Amino acid sequence: MVTPATRNRRAGRPARLGPLLRRLTGDEKHAPSAHSTLDVLWVLYDRILRVSPETADSPDRDRFLLSKGHGPAAYYAVLAAKGFFPEDWLDDLAGPESRLGHHPDRTLVPGVEIGTGSLGHGLGLGVGTALGLRAQGLDLPRVYVLLGDAELDEGSNHEAIAYAGATGLATISAIVIDNQSASHGWPGGIASRFTVHGWTAHTVDGRNHDAIETALTSRRPDRPHVVVAVVEPKE
Amino acid sequence: MRDTFTETATALLDDDPRTALVLADISASSFAPAAGRHPDRVLNVGIREQLMVGVAGGLALTGLRPIVHSYATFAVDRVYEQLKLDLDHQGVGAVVVSVGASYDGSSMGRTHMSPGDVALLDTLTDWTVHVPGHPDEVPALLRAAANHDDRVYLRLSTATNDLPRPAAGRLMVVHRGTVGAPLVLAVGPMLDPVLHAVTGLDVTVAYTHTPRPFDAAGLRELVGTPSPAAPAVVLVEPYLAGTSSAEVSGALAGVPHRLLALGVGRTDLRRYGSPADHARWHGLDAPGLRRSISAFLD
Repeated sequence: MVTPATRNRRAGRPARLGPLLRRLTGDEKHAPSAHSTLDVLWVLYDRILRVSPETADSPDRDRFLLSKGHGPAAYYAVLAAKGFFPEDWLDDLAGPESRLGHHPDRTLVPGVEIGTGSLGHGLGLGVGTALGLRAQGLDLPRVYVLLGDAELDEGSNHEAIAYAGATGLATISAIVIDNQSASHGWPGGIASRFTVHGWTAHTVDGRNHDAIETALTSRRPDRPHVVVAVVEPKE
Repeated sequence: MRDTFTETATALLDDDPRTALVLADISASSFAPAAGRHPDRVLNVGIREQLMVGVAGGLALTGLRPIVHSYATFAVDRVYEQLKLDLDHQGVGAVVVSVGASYDGSSMGRTHMSPGDVALLDTLTDWTVHVPGHPDEVPALLRAAANHDDRVYLRLSTATNDLPRPAAGRLMVVHRGTVGAPLVLAVGPMLDPVLHAVTGLDVTVAYTHTPRPFDAAGLRELVGTPSPAAPAVVLVEPYLAGTSSAEVSGALAGVPHRLLALGVGRTDLRRYGSPADHARWHGLDAPGLRRSISAFLD
């Protein structure tokens, strides 16, 4: 449902993302809003993450871990738009010679921190990454892990949520894209699954760039942080 | 072996700032002194084995060398997909150190047994597997493993041979029969039972504590130029029977041979008892091995 108001809230998403997505999907019918992660990803790469193609291997870079590895078109489009790899890589998605598949592989795609697809692996890897940076005295980088609301069904996430909260692992942020696709839902809300373990949490409109940015940056220095980004229910 | 591991790993944590230890409660008290000195590199995540391996993958992604430790059934069986995806698929490594493999924990029952750990790792990519047969073989294996970034499994047992053989990274002849005599390959703590079992038989016995990568060249050399009769090879492993059969077949591709693969059976016996009891029930004590090997060679 695109109203003038929601179009306005998405101001800041560059016009060239639409054509990049269409190169990936060959899909002329669906608007970019069909991609639940698109606005969060754009805000992360455009306003939050301290990483660029030039610093993609720097030990001091921020880490973005896409745990929800399926449907990575928006991720690829944003990475291409930011220059991590040539835009013509988008034209042969999952082809025999393509580096871009329906789930990303970190060893094939510059800028991709982890290879994912099987759900429930990113948050554990993210906790380990945050711990590894801390052990090496790298205090500047922050670790961002993007998940989906249905992905939270995987119990492995809850191992990571409980441990990060209990130990006050303050350098990790989770972003949960909530398109209400979990089969049995999350009564009481997704944020409460984190806050009960000591995380700070914000729930925001997942299409509102300023709100997403504010939620990502409004955190305490001693707690892990989660932003629940609510988007339209999955069709 | 478990104590030797604790001492060596503690020293590594003191000496090498690249090493980190990830635990899921098991052995946490043994590593309390190390955790006190290195709180950022000795990480006990609680009873959360999926997270244990995920954290190891994340540590490795930042350039550290994680050592992961638990019971074999929790460090391999339970976290098979984490080993596959959080290590292999990310292109990073770790040193996974298990205790209680096969039926070492027999008194605790099937839930604490893991005879299939090495077979599971065989489905993954480029895992080095060490099965030491003596505590004195452990320090050098662990130190070498901590010094690179590959994937290593170190399988510690309560069963040990009388003598350490640290140099047995490749097949090492321990007892030599006549030319063309049947060849018995013993892995890790199976060596002493094998040596007792073959007393008086004309066989060559070779030993290794490192079944992966399998010493294919060493096996071909030991088999030599086949005599008119197809050479007989007996494989004796302390984990699932037949785990290394494909390795032997690959090494001897094109060489006519006969193979007997002995190890732990697949059946859940639903019995407690001691490891010695289970060795007997699986035919892996000296009399059982003698029976199987004699029947095969007759």
